[in-house]
Amino acid sequence: MSDDIVARYENVSKDYDGVKVVSDLTFDIRRGEFLSLLGPSGSGKTTTLMMLAGLQSPSSGNIFLDGRPIVGIPAHQRNIGVVFQNYALFPHMSVGENVSFPLRARRTARAEIARRVRESLEMVQLGPLIDRWPGELSGGQQQRVALARALVFDPSVVLLDEPLGALDRQLRENMQLELKQLHRQTGITMIYVTHDQGEAMTMSDRVAVFDQGRILQCSAPERIYNAPESRFVAEFVGENNRFSGTVETVDAAECSVRTDDDVRIRAVHGGHVAAGDAVQVYVRPERIEVGGAAATRDNSFQVPVLDAIFLGDHTRLKVAMPGHPEVTVKRNFLDDADDLPAAGQTATIGWSAQAARVVTH
Amino acid sequence: MKIVFRIWVVLGFCFLALPLLAIIPLSFTSGQYMYYTPEMLALDPAGYSTKWYTAVLTSPDWLMAVKNSLLIGLGAAAVATICGTLAAIGLSWAGTPAKGLWTMLILLPQIVPIVVIAGGLFAAFGDLRLIGTYTGIIIAHTVLAAPVAVITIRASMDRFDWNLVAAASTLGANPLYTFRTVTLPLVRPAIIAGAIFAFATSLDEVVVIQFIGAYQQKTIPIQMLIGLREHLSPAILAVATMLIGFALVVILLGETLRRRSLAIETPKK
Repeated sequence: MSDDIVARYENVSKDYDGVKVVSDLTFDIRRGEFLSLLGPSGSGKTTTLMMLAGLQSPSSGNIFLDGRPIVGIPAHQRNIGVVFQNYALFPHMSVGENVSFPLRARRTARAEIARRVRESLEMVQLGPLIDRWPGELSGGQQQRVALARALVFDPSVVLLDEPLGALDRQLRENMQLELKQLHRQTGITMIYVTHDQGEAMTMSDRVAVFDQGRILQCSAPERIYNAPESRFVAEFVGENNRFSGTVETVDAAECSVRTDDDVRIRAVHGGHVAAGDAVQVYVRPERIEVGGAAATRDNSFQVPVLDAIFLGDHTRLKVAMPGHPEVTVKRNFLDDADDLPAAGQTATIGWSAQAARVVTH
Repeated sequence: MKIVFRIWVVLGFCFLALPLLAIIPLSFTSGQYMYYTPEMLALDPAGYSTKWYTAVLTSPDWLMAVKNSLLIGLGAAAVATICGTLAAIGLSWAGTPAKGLWTMLILLPQIVPIVVIAGGLFAAFGDLRLIGTYTGIIIAHTVLAAPVAVITIRASMDRFDWNLVAAASTLGANPLYTFRTVTLPLVRPAIIAGAIFAFATSLDEVVVIQFIGAYQQKTIPIQMLIGLREHLSPAILAVATMLIGFALVVILLGETLRRRSLAIETPKK
């Protein structure tokens, strides 16, 4: 295993009472990256995390940390920091005692403990609260104590299990930026479990999309969004318009798809398509143009507008296409505020081949 | 509605407490028998004295009973609390199989008629040569007191956040260190309350001890029974009054501990 891989899952499966929660997972975690495990609840992402922490053990397969197999090694010998969903702060210990706990458990020298606790608390901007009790802190502050406690002992990896789930929206967005900042500052590998795609997109170097115990795609947020490799990823992340059809002709990067309702769409493919394949074509609502240049795009259609909803920074149009009664179009307010059609009118919409993505499964 | 409810509560308390309150003045009688003398009713100071307290506290019989009660009670409470704590932790841990069955087995001594248990212990202890020994009585009282300890500690363990144990292990604490620094401090008030109730169970027990105890092991309630049988001496009332006082202190202590354990747990919202 090369040096830039901090942890590796090899054919890892986990089942509870015969139900497979994680199935045959194989992937690497790169040293220093911020990796999000994104998926709906019950998709196996938390179980995947807890198997690395040592709080659950795989039914089969192997997990490596820094090159060594760790299945069977108890959690307290793994040197992995975990931030739990409900923070799991010790209610009978002060903030300082909570943060020094991992160092005391390791019998670190007293002076060293004092120094590192102070450093960690300053890192999360809680220095002055060292003598407070967890019960006296706000949710955001408790979250920071949990972070400081998980970072203070210099773990190989820090695992975060939906740590912002209990916070309100405003605080959540602030904490996202702070976490990202903390990641840059410490350079420590962070694995972040979330069901919130926005959160995964903002913070991550890579996102692993989970569904039914499998990773469907693990790549940079831009690729997850713009080049989904499966129906699930295309539909789970962001909004998408879907057309199903059959491939007619294939070029190097593009292909022609005839939809089930006889509409021809030019789209890019990621390879592995042949004429005659049944595929899905996805077009993001914001990639569809209206009026003007729309008529000159690779894909251009005259469509009735069903609805136009003004939402401040953008306007949302619902248009009808053959076999697709509700195609969503999202137009930025400043772009073409004046020429947007109203409900009941007919409009020209269009998108380039690059804006449409073929997905085979 | 509220007033009716309050009246009911007050009546209920009176029903429970009046017999006890009636005993207390009578224990200060200067007479020889267990009844309110005309002098007492007239509130004549001559009708009152502390002579029965003096009698109890200077009687070798009573002092022996107190010593036995303490020895047996503390012994049984100690063993019952240790076993009860371990059992309560095991019963509240998610991974324990057949919890229902274990709970039933542990609580059995509280459900089976006490005479049946006493008879069974008498039969079993005969062969083991435990009849008439402190060891035998402490074992018997442990069996009776452990369920009480388990119930008390279990109530607190059920609110215990096992995530804290998981967190401690990821932070590098081995199971023993975690138990010592996380689990134990958080359930300690419940454990002490459990120990108090276990001690009270032993202190109160009069049936089993008559089967398997010897005269030398007579405890306070046995001495009271003897006193009642032989001569209805107001000394028993003096002992009863002291026991009531003791029980009040114990209950207040237990309640304080219970509140404190709640206070520690409430900060998590």
